[in-house]
Amino acid sequence: MEIGLAHYLVVAAIMFVLGVFGIFLNRKNVIVILMSIELMLLAVNINLVAFSVYLHDLVGQVFAMFVLTVAAAEAAIGLAILVVYFRNRGNIAVTDINQMKG
Amino acid sequence: MIVQALAFYLFSAIMVASAVMVIASRNPVHSVVFLITAFFNAAGLLLLIGAEFVAMILIIVYIGAVAVLFLFVVMMLDVDFGQLRKGASQYLPLGGAVGLVLLAELLLVLGGWVVAPSAGTLALAPTPAVEQMSNTVALGHVLYTHYFYVFQASGVVLLIAMIGAIVLTLRERQGVRRQRIEGQVSRRRDEVVAVTKVRVGEGV
Repeated sequence: MEIGLAHYLVVAAIMFVLGVFGIFLNRKNVIVILMSIELMLLAVNINLVAFSVYLHDLVGQVFAMFVLTVAAAEAAIGLAILVVYFRNRGNIAVTDINQMKG
Repeated sequence: MIVQALAFYLFSAIMVASAVMVIASRNPVHSVVFLITAFFNAAGLLLLIGAEFVAMILIIVYIGAVAVLFLFVVMMLDVDFGQLRKGASQYLPLGGAVGLVLLAELLLVLGGWVVAPSAGTLALAPTPAVEQMSNTVALGHVLYTHYFYVFQASGVVLLIAMIGAIVLTLRERQGVRRQRIEGQVSRRRDEVVAVTKVRVGEGV
């Protein structure tokens, strides 16, 4: 049986939905929320590369690399904010972040 | 062809299973390890359709840098993760509903979707034949010509992220003894050396 574009799109859709579901499930734990965002970006990358390969256009792979860059920057900044927040408050419960004023 | 199908189902099954474990496991260290497994299998999937360079970059950047950064932060923060986990089941119905609706929508879109016949002729950068040049070389030809400015801009994004992370986490510690080079260099002999005549039996 031939593995086609639809197979990859279905797998990427499942991964994306798992990422969204992870954000809902771990509403208090910022670390797992960041990991869920990484899962969603991975699904987007799989979509881009699958379209790129099956439509014989390299631009999709180029943009997958740009998505990767932004994901790395986002993870670095997010974790830095998390470390500073933990240093100030002693926990990482997201539900208390709205108490930060000013 | 059967090997390709087998590899596809193996990689995607492990990837989806480890993605489930990422969001469901109680210990965030386990989450990070499952995230690494998911990335490895995603790289396998990409390798399977011939996107070698993106697959290798996925392993180097995502696993080598991002996932290890996650692991580092998870182990550095001394947090009671069980307490954070409390009340997670109350979000299960809402999250499950949203996830199911989203999945149904995505699958509906995928079900009624076809590639336009002219799509093959619209390629901005047509993939050259594998015998002609490898995937990495072909990507370099596109990236460093048509997308050179975007490439530079992504470098700026990374630079800003690096500076931002350093600025956020840098702190002045109190009571640290630092080397003061200007003080050392500007010392003069008559400020620090004194010649005294010591009398015998009395000391300084």
